[in-house]
Amino acid sequence: MAKAAEYSRAEIPLFSVKVTQNVELSPGVFLISWMSQLHFIPGQVVKIAIDRLQPPRIYSVCSGNSGDRMSIIFNIKEDGYLTPRLARFIAGDVLLVSAPYGSFHGDHRPAYWIATGTGISPFYSMFQSGLSDQKVLIHGVSYLNQFYFEEELDWALGNKYIRCCSRESDERVFSGRVTDYLLATNNFPPDYKYYLCGKSLMVVEVRDLLISKGIPYENIFAEIYF
Amino acid sequence: MKDQLFGKNLTELQELSITLGLPKFTGKQLADWLYKKEVSSIDEMSNLSKKARELLNEKYELGLTTPSKVQVSIDGTKKYLFPTLHNKFIETAMIPDDDRKTVCVSTQVGCKMGCLFCMTGKQGFQGQLTAGEIVNQIRSIEEYGHVSNIVYMGMGEPLDNLEAVLKSLDILTSEWGYAMSPRRITVSSIGIIPAMIRFLNESEAHLAISLHTPFDEERRKLMPVQIAYPIAEVVHEIKGWDFGRQRRVSFEYILFKGLNDTPFHVRELVRLLAGIRCRINLIRFHPVPGTPLESPDEETINSFRDQLNAKDITTTIRASRGQDIYAACGLLSTKELI
Repeated sequence: MAKAAEYSRAEIPLFSVKVTQNVELSPGVFLISWMSQLHFIPGQVVKIAIDRLQPPRIYSVCSGNSGDRMSIIFNIKEDGYLTPRLARFIAGDVLLVSAPYGSFHGDHRPAYWIATGTGISPFYSMFQSGLSDQKVLIHGVSYLNQFYFEEELDWALGNKYIRCCSRESDERVFSGRVTDYLLATNNFPPDYKYYLCGKSLMVVEVRDLLISKGIPYENIFAEIYF
Repeated sequence: MKDQLFGKNLTELQELSITLGLPKFTGKQLADWLYKKEVSSIDEMSNLSKKARELLNEKYELGLTTPSKVQVSIDGTKKYLFPTLHNKFIETAMIPDDDRKTVCVSTQVGCKMGCLFCMTGKQGFQGQLTAGEIVNQIRSIEEYGHVSNIVYMGMGEPLDNLEAVLKSLDILTSEWGYAMSPRRITVSSIGIIPAMIRFLNESEAHLAISLHTPFDEERRKLMPVQIAYPIAEVVHEIKGWDFGRQRRVSFEYILFKGLNDTPFHVRELVRLLAGIRCRINLIRFHPVPGTPLESPDEETINSFRDQLNAKDITTTIRASRGQDIYAACGLLSTKELI
């Protein structure tokens, strides 16, 4: 068994980057990008701040690891400090960002990627980093316009890209929540890895469902927004 | 909805007094009435002028909430159900032990952390409690006035609601508040490092860290927070902290059969915690529906304790209390009331 990792850093430092793009993907949800040469492992997170007045918040990287650009997805929290201001950022504005870190790592092993909403971020990063072989992506949203990167994912993953929509319907999409889809589906391979990303309730419900369907909990990896 | 007076600190009470056109010292009088004199209405604050009471009544209410349900365990532990300001529910446990009465308070409705072994995590997160709602769990139980210790180990992750937790600690320990010793208060956390550093800086209460396994990979599967704040990094921060002679850091360790109860774990715990003056509290796992984890037998638990003690890490086994009313460690939940 491996030893617990050694750490020597107190607080992850933030450095300034220039925003290259800030695009509204769906109402209130943005993809913000900046130039970056930093190496990272798909699935890792960065800390983001717009000043040093408030503590930074953590976001999953949402871009591939072979380009010169790094991105995250954020949604506006009306009563928040960071995101309403971040939504007004334009190319050239300065953002404070940490180096990527975290151990929610994608790899080449067969896996299910299960996300809700903006929880698609780490999986899109893995996808863009060439890790989509032997993967099934299940993405759950409330509305059809929240299937971010849908065209690209549909083209590349085909029937291994499963969309679940709880409040609107479409013939290409499973009607209901991710948990409804999992309940209605059997034969999940127990030796696959299962990566979950989203709000805590979704993660704990999906984890319990997978365990009830015979998936060993050791094969379930969860990243929770908090 | 009127704003609540209970849960405001002295500065806020002084500011609101000035805003209402009252003298600044009214703030101190309010703090006395709220935290030292046990009034149940603004009208009982008899050293305030009638006009002051009218002004206060117009904009504020006292903000105390009585429990809507109380369950009593065969071992004397009580579980209180409190409604919150936003029509949710939280639970509070009161654990009697000889002449001690320990209150285990909640800090959130539900929890975001999603630990595999915890009942609260299974209800997801429904909201933050205010400082008033946290302190009210001590003020509005039958044992108020006889509480010897407070542990922030109920529903929710305290350091994910840092502002309210710090404010509640301020109310509980300040001279103008309840003037309790911070050495009678323990805040438990899974180790959200930036918030932990602020807590250590801004409070004098004890810290308890939910450890549960020293191995990175293993902890990640039990506790998703390990991805963002690895335990080695949490411990590294603690090692760099001067706790002084009075302040205490402890580590909570729930034992799971065949998973984290081996000699390898003892060895790695000793290595991980080397250099920290601390205690490990071993906790029996209380089974949670749908969780593939089990508690080891008593012999294994005792042996694990003895192995750690033999390595000079003070280790105790926490008594399981209130299990029959789901008040024991890891079992608080208001999922059915969401």
